[in-house]
Amino acid sequence: MISAPDVVAFTREEELEDELCSEPPLPEEYSVPLFPFASHGANPWAKVASSKFTRDFILISEFSEQVGPQPLLTVPDDAKVSGTFDLNYFSLRIMSVDYQASFVGHPPGSAYPKLNFVEDSKVVLGDSKEGAFAYVHHLTLYDLEARGFVRPFCMAYISADEHKIMQQFQELSAEFSKASECLKTGNRKAFANELEKKLKDLDYTRTVLHNETEIQKKANDKGYYTTQAIEKANELASVEKSIIEHQDLLKQIRSYPYRKLKESDFHPYEPERAPDAAGAGCERDLAASDPAEPGETHLYVPSYTPKLIKAKSAKCFDKKLKTLEELCDIYFFTQTLDQLHQIERTFRGDACYLLTEQISRALLKQQSVTNFLFEDVSFLDEKPPEKRYRGCQGRDAIDRKCLEESLAPKVVISLGSYKSSVECVPIKMEQEIEDSQEPKMTESVPFEPQENLDYLDADIKGSISSGESIEVLGTEKPASGLTKSESQASLPVSPSPQAGRSKVGSRRTVSEDSIEVLSTCPSESLIPEDFKASYPSAINEEPYADDEEGGLRFTPKLNPDRADEQEGVLNREDLAQVDSACCIGKESPSFLEPLPELGQKPCDEDGVVRIPPQPYRQAEQGLRGAFGGFSSHDGISGGLLPCEFDSRYPTGSREVSKSSLDECSDSTSYISSAASTCSDRTPSPAHPACQAGERHKKKAGQNALRFIRQYPFAHPAIYSLLSGRTLVVLGEEEAIVKKLVTALSIFVPSCGAYAKPVKHWVTSPLHVVDFQKWKLIGLQRMASPAGVNVLHALSRYSRYVSVLDADSKTLRCPLYKGTLVSRLADHRTQIKRGSTYYMHVQSVLTQLCSKAFLFTFCHHLHLPISEREPEESVVNRRMNFLKLQLGLANEDLKIVQYLAELLKLQYIQEPGRGVSPLLRFDYVPSFLYKI
Amino acid sequence: KSSVQTIGEEQIQNPYTELLVLKGHQDIVRFLVQIDDCRFASAGDDGIIFLWNAQTGEKLFELHGHTHKITAIAPFSSSGASEEKKHFILTASADKTVLVWDCTSGRQIQKVSCFHSTVKCLTVLQRLDVWLSGGSDLCVWNRKLDLLCKTSHLTDAGISALVELPKNCVAAAVGKELIIFRLIPSNDGSEGWNVLEVKRLVDHQDNILSLVSINDLTFVTGSHVGELIVWDALDWTKQASECNFWDSSVQPEIKLSQSPNETSVQHLTSDEECVFAAIGKGIHVYNLQMKRVIAWQRTAHDSSVLHIEKLPNGQLISCSEDGSVRIWELREKQQLPAEPVPTEKINCDFCQNKISFPPPPPGFFSMWGFGRANKQPNQAAKKIQENTPMYFLELVGDLIGHSSAVQMFLYFGELGLATCSADHLIILWKDGEQESRLRSLTLFQKLAQNGDLQL
Repeated sequence: MISAPDVVAFTREEELEDELCSEPPLPEEYSVPLFPFASHGANPWAKVASSKFTRDFILISEFSEQVGPQPLLTVPDDAKVSGTFDLNYFSLRIMSVDYQASFVGHPPGSAYPKLNFVEDSKVVLGDSKEGAFAYVHHLTLYDLEARGFVRPFCMAYISADEHKIMQQFQELSAEFSKASECLKTGNRKAFANELEKKLKDLDYTRTVLHNETEIQKKANDKGYYTTQAIEKANELASVEKSIIEHQDLLKQIRSYPYRKLKESDFHPYEPERAPDAAGAGCERDLAASDPAEPGETHLYVPSYTPKLIKAKSAKCFDKKLKTLEELCDIYFFTQTLDQLHQIERTFRGDACYLLTEQISRALLKQQSVTNFLFEDVSFLDEKPPEKRYRGCQGRDAIDRKCLEESLAPKVVISLGSYKSSVECVPIKMEQEIEDSQEPKMTESVPFEPQENLDYLDADIKGSISSGESIEVLGTEKPASGLTKSESQASLPVSPSPQAGRSKVGSRRTVSEDSIEVLSTCPSESLIPEDFKASYPSAINEEPYADDEEGGLRFTPKLNPDRADEQEGVLNREDLAQVDSACCIGKESPSFLEPLPELGQKPCDEDGVVRIPPQPYRQAEQGLRGAFGGFSSHDGISGGLLPCEFDSRYPTGSREVSKSSLDECSDSTSYISSAASTCSDRTPSPAHPACQAGERHKKKAGQNALRFIRQYPFAHPAIYSLLSGRTLVVLGEEEAIVKKLVTALSIFVPSCGAYAKPVKHWVTSPLHVVDFQKWKLIGLQRMASPAGVNVLHALSRYSRYVSVLDADSKTLRCPLYKGTLVSRLADHRTQIKRGSTYYMHVQSVLTQLCSKAFLFTFCHHLHLPISEREPEESVVNRRMNFLKLQLGLANEDLKIVQYLAELLKLQYIQEPGRGVSPLLRFDYVPSFLYKI
Repeated sequence: KSSVQTIGEEQIQNPYTELLVLKGHQDIVRFLVQIDDCRFASAGDDGIIFLWNAQTGEKLFELHGHTHKITAIAPFSSSGASEEKKHFILTASADKTVLVWDCTSGRQIQKVSCFHSTVKCLTVLQRLDVWLSGGSDLCVWNRKLDLLCKTSHLTDAGISALVELPKNCVAAAVGKELIIFRLIPSNDGSEGWNVLEVKRLVDHQDNILSLVSINDLTFVTGSHVGELIVWDALDWTKQASECNFWDSSVQPEIKLSQSPNETSVQHLTSDEECVFAAIGKGIHVYNLQMKRVIAWQRTAHDSSVLHIEKLPNGQLISCSEDGSVRIWELREKQQLPAEPVPTEKINCDFCQNKISFPPPPPGFFSMWGFGRANKQPNQAAKKIQENTPMYFLELVGDLIGHSSAVQMFLYFGELGLATCSADHLIILWKDGEQESRLRSLTLFQKLAQNGDLQL
């Protein structure tokens, strides 16, 4: 296979030349297809020759403990997107650069398995051979059945343009952090749920075992224990150990972001979000309240029924693995997908477009004095706060961080901290919101538990209720943290598995449907075990009902085809169909060499399994079982650990990624938590608006272009608008008038930071107040007596308005002899697209704004240099400046003068008050223009 | 066709190129009074008084207290030399009360409600530190709102106008009569005053509508039927009178076709030389020296002229029921007296080709006698031959903004002109150039304040 890049590059040039010299296109046989996916409407510039995919996409992969790295889904969910790009191979690559210390488990010296709250890692990865560059965001999700309870995942933004990835690193990082937080939040809830169920199972099992033992005891009068009895006792003991372990885990997961309520009380969550969930909860309570019924392993009620399980340690991981969806709770999963789609929409396309837009927005923000005139400032204000905050702060943090780091290079935190400490685990924790910039203790200072609590508390006390208000719940110091946990853990377990839960109901203090934001923990580093254990608090959970649903999906599917069907049933439209080589991880060569047909036709016979988006189905267990014992970590370190960074940014990316690891993500976590809550509720508030704005611009630009071509008197009309003379568009048909108003609105300078002074449709007679308020008005022409009044008023106030009659195609307005507008609105313009024209207008208007700015802020043009200087000489100076320096002629002066007045008004306005609108006018004769 | 002179859209001499609409009132705004250099009060039929900043148009206070429409308003300031000058306004209303307001705090200070009838006029005699209220009787009050003295019941119609005259006298217009009162210090000492009727002048044929003082020696009155009488302020004798605002030869005819409104003297104003009279729809200039009308504009507006004022800069401003405000200048006639065509006519012809005419108010045409329009050229020609004016009023600008009768206006000099109207609005008209300059000044001051000016 010819490697594409060189050929394509060459032919491209040739083609261009050919086109230049010979008019007729090349015969088909000679023309090399420039761009294999051109038919899909993608632009050829975005594609680097060597890349095998057509456009940017997001890939979610998992390092499965059973089969190793595997792709799960892509966004957008379109097979064409990834093209011939080998997702499996790339998954391997991106999963191999995980810097997270994802090992969780049973650290030596501690009694119970520990959860590791690991921070996401963010790296940039380049594969020049594949032509793929990726921003890779690693995250760890918890799964009770997984090895070490963790499932490493990663999300990658893959683009053929390495510059884009590098330039947009901050933005990508922030956006992906949001998505990651969303996933993790859902995951923690699901994990806690799972633990609870497991606990119930264990509890139930213990009761059953206990009863059996008792029966045996009674039955056995011999005074010695049978082997059977001893077995039973052992089993019972192991169940109890398991219970303690799981309780501990539950506490850990709950302690994660917690606020605590009362000192000693354990506050598990209860279902509360949906009425049916509450019902389910009751049912469950009922069902569980008589657990002592012997012999019954299955109470088949719709709510969760404790099952008899085999006593074994919590570290069992030979079970089926859950899908991502199951891991994260369907609600959060879809939220995350939405977020990812939004990311994709935001960052796709040409890097220079992205960059230009960012730069222009940043510049526009700087032009605080003039930007309100023609720009949509509300858009600047609204959308960017988040963005700006993120951008500035994040960048600051990074800069600072880089400095710091160059001085004292750091060890990758989670790894180091883990290794270094067993007994007293260092905490990396910051008071996020107030002083995120503070250099933090990374390795170091073992905090006193109390202090830790304070810190943690300071960080994590926000809980976002449905009304989006932040509840800060009272903080509390667990005075006897350790003993408490001890007592909790070793508490003689009550016969009823519901004992723990019975407390729950009375303890709810949070509003009905509040969702706890679990993502605010600044650094999800290790938390000392004692502390964690003694740090119980409530978690507001998703209803159990969700869980039940999730649970139902666990039902084994033995037929892989069925799994596909189920996918359809589940309606997971967002999920991509991805291919996975089943043989992955066998030998390194085998996965370094991608199968040629991989992207195209996955089929079972070829040893390629088509897996549904839900990564682990029961159905595949069999297939994967073979590799069950394979250590994925070994595979990675053996095969691909020396990851390739982009050669151009070797240290940079490392530093950035590392610093982002601690600093950036930290400093942004506040934002991301805020943002994630919005995105939890209403998916992507900023972007649709922005896109609507784009659409509007496009439409307005198109209409304006049409207006300019259609009406020879477009110039005086536009001049009217620019010079602040109200233009009334008069017409019978609302649609036509509104269209014209929309078209012309792009020329209307705003008077303040509010909406443009444009009124699309008025049916009543106009008044002088209207001219003060509106600069562009659509007016209805009626034949009725009321219509006569309308016209009467219009003629009365004719000195304040220009009238564009849409019906008779006439314009009555002052003469315009300037040159400015002709540049703005050339009817012979070659511009064809509305958005292009809009941009053209914006650029000319921006130029105009800068002139107005210069004019406004030149002291001597408005005020005398010396006290004795007569007013006339100031006027002369002013006129000279306008004419000679700014090169304005005739009526153009008035445009700049009007804009200057607006600038002055805006600048001198009192902070509390808006600009008082005033009507400026000239006593100039009007003329009637006809087509 | 209206014969009203119009001016085109090109008004070079019209300085008012910026306007600010002040909204607040809910009914006809009838009164505007100046409080100090930059504040003014407005009042009208809604019984609310607003205090405005004439510079910024900012609404300073909204004074509620009256339950009926306001009939008179007068500002007065404390003469306490030591402290800062305190400004108050007196307002009288149809609810038969007079309220005193503090303009600094916007609070009602005092209330007098012992009137038997509506107070129709208020006059402050700064010199004597008393104020007078005129309704069906005349009351004299001191600053503390003690009733010092009052006249007996004069008439049900009440006093329509009051003017201060020298020697502690006041002239009150009561119906057709003009009554001169004198304030005499009361015998029991302290600060009491007695009021004494000195003279009754009955020279007017009809109700006296306007009464203004010209200087210390003269004052002038105008009546509903178009009589203008100039009085000596010291001995209250008639110095001159003019009622021939319409050509005597055609008078009977005109009288028939005219409603009295056509000749009523709505408002009078004066400078040292001339009295400017708003008569019907027209404006007449009466020269005190020559004792005759030197210039006129019979149809200065489309309907009755309600208020007229001579500005220090020589311009004359008139406002009218037709909703317009017009700016005039008194010019000496350049053409020979023999010139047959009156200037106004020239202007009219010239202007009829222009695009815009202010629309006549409803019912406007019916007010005209049918034959009048035809007769006018003849009549004007005759008039010129008999009594050629040496001056003429030139329209230099008009202000279109209100949609209903402009009741009154207030000239603020540098700060512009405030007009109030039956359309519930007040409009501040400003010189755009000057405002622009002021804004620049403020801008650079603010820049300096913010420290942005350093280079």
